[in-house]
Amino acid sequence: MSDTQPENLPATSAASDAQTPQAEVIDQREGMFGVRGTGDTSGFGGLRRQVALPGSTPKPYGSWFDGAVDRLEGLVADGAIEKVVVDRGELTLHIKRENLVEVCKHLRDDEALRFEFCSGVSGVHYPNETGSELHAVYHFLSITHNRRIRLEVSAPDSDPHIPSIVSVYPANDWHERETWDFFGIVFDGHPALTRIQMPDDWPGHPQRKDYPLGGIDVEYKGAVIPPPDTRRSYN
Amino acid sequence: MTATDPYATTRDTTEGKVFTVTGQDWDSVVSGLGEEPEERVVVNMGPQHPSTHGVLRLILELDGENVTEARCGIGYLHTGIEKNMEFRSWTQGVTFCTRMDYLSPFYNEAAYCLAVERLLGIEDQIPDKANVMRVLLMELNRISSHLVCIATGGMEIGALTVMTIGFREREKTLDLFELITGLRMNHAFIRPGGVAQDLPAGALDKIREYITWMNKHLKEYAELCNANPIFKARLQNVGYLDLAGCMALGISGPTVRSTGYALDLRKSQPYCGYETYDFDVPTWDSSDAYGRFRVRLQEMHESLKIVEQCADRLEKMDGQPVMVADKKIGWPAQLAVGADGMGNSLDHIKHIMGESMEALIHHFKLVTEGFRVPAGQAYVALESPRGEMGCHVVSDGGTKPYRVHFRDPSFANLQAMPIMCEGGQVADVIVAVASLDPVMGGVDR
Repeated sequence: MSDTQPENLPATSAASDAQTPQAEVIDQREGMFGVRGTGDTSGFGGLRRQVALPGSTPKPYGSWFDGAVDRLEGLVADGAIEKVVVDRGELTLHIKRENLVEVCKHLRDDEALRFEFCSGVSGVHYPNETGSELHAVYHFLSITHNRRIRLEVSAPDSDPHIPSIVSVYPANDWHERETWDFFGIVFDGHPALTRIQMPDDWPGHPQRKDYPLGGIDVEYKGAVIPPPDTRRSYN
Repeated sequence: MTATDPYATTRDTTEGKVFTVTGQDWDSVVSGLGEEPEERVVVNMGPQHPSTHGVLRLILELDGENVTEARCGIGYLHTGIEKNMEFRSWTQGVTFCTRMDYLSPFYNEAAYCLAVERLLGIEDQIPDKANVMRVLLMELNRISSHLVCIATGGMEIGALTVMTIGFREREKTLDLFELITGLRMNHAFIRPGGVAQDLPAGALDKIREYITWMNKHLKEYAELCNANPIFKARLQNVGYLDLAGCMALGISGPTVRSTGYALDLRKSQPYCGYETYDFDVPTWDSSDAYGRFRVRLQEMHESLKIVEQCADRLEKMDGQPVMVADKKIGWPAQLAVGADGMGNSLDHIKHIMGESMEALIHHFKLVTEGFRVPAGQAYVALESPRGEMGCHVVSDGGTKPYRVHFRDPSFANLQAMPIMCEGGQVADVIVAVASLDPVMGGVDR
């Protein structure tokens, strides 16, 4: 099986339109059953597959995307929009973190954009994407134009700072606290960036990939079943 | 009276005197305060308090009876559902997310499944019957969720009859859930690709009976409450939040609709075929707790209309598939209810164990490994009883979700608690929080 061909996928799922973005490799998947070293007798241990997310989409994007992106590009500083990804009918703008607040202001205030409603931010941790391990993903809804847009901002693990957009969208207050709590992304300028779900004195940020799920062995009818994160499973 | 009560003690801290109040012992606080000149009291209401809708902690700064500052403490019900889902297959994820907002489990499942289906690219292949069943269950769920909101909200202001009749009707709804899915709550019934099982025999008759019952009894809420002077005095002009405030704070659902704006994703961004149903989006123009009550009440009638349309459609869909035709996604088993509960049907077991080696391999692979979902991310939002229920799913092309995040409306809406409560009285805090209808399972996840 070649590296670029995703295997065992449903026949219909291959995004077959001409718009398919160039994939961006972020990780390498090894083996098949989550077993390392001599424990693996399956012969699948040597399997190597690339993990690739949809990459940058070239213009034209189609639908209302072109107009909105052009409009935003004209309003914000050059290079603020690092990448535009159109995938599965959703528009994602990758924004440089320095320009995030400015971009959000225009998204909210500009007549042609008018994204009034912020659905919050969530974090995603890509430990192998060196230099941009932590991603903050924002979703906005324009009620005026009935559109949705996604902003993605990344920060390196060594400098996990992203400006807060609470001054523009007060709705993001708790969402940013949650993302700080779970991923350790520091939202600069947030009025009170404290933990929200975990106890105040909790060590670590639980939804990072390097944070173990935890759990204990469970004995059932004489057999011992390890917790899910140490269990043998497909990867 | 509290000198000997070990649970109601007094101690001095650097912040001032701390009293533990367990009920009927306010005398100790009053006498304790008498020694100090200031009227300012900080009250920790909850997290174990019957009026805060679950384990919500309200931190109220009081000046006499007036609330000068209010904050929420949440996280007491955090169970790491999002993290857990990263360690299970795509289908197993439904079992986890259904437990988040335990009063509207079908919305959690549907948001997650719609996002997974968008990633799989099979949104157009979901069988019609599965979509109708999803809509049916979601609308029944909206009724049962609003009933709990109105019932507990009524109980908290002393309207106990509203509570007893609310739970009576909710039981009827849960009986339907049990008949259709096998469980009263935590169903895990909506799965990526469709729903777990076809309608059982006799379900349509029960749905018809239910509609008749509800048409008769839903009126009682209006008769009990709508013009009740005590009810109105407690709810009107309490928990005020106008449209601008809602937009700024990301508030959705009945709270927005009580400001007069008909924001409803079922109309503006329809999913599961909502554009083909005939229903209205009720609004009210008072922006207060009473308006939210009226919106919810009216919404139950609208949901009942949709349930009726679903029943009509399902009548003509006998025998149609409820799971996507793609065998690499659809659960291989034909589920059936046996003497020991729901499980694989005997016909299916006979087929895989006695007739077809390939069918056995297929069953084994799909159940243990699951299916792979092409890499990418998707965000799907739907209109839950509380507002915009969003699900952000990231896949790295594996058999398990890379990251699942839920934008739970209870979580976002609860941010409006301070602005609704500050400046009001303590008793109004209860009404304001109840009108937001937060479910802590969804807030904390």
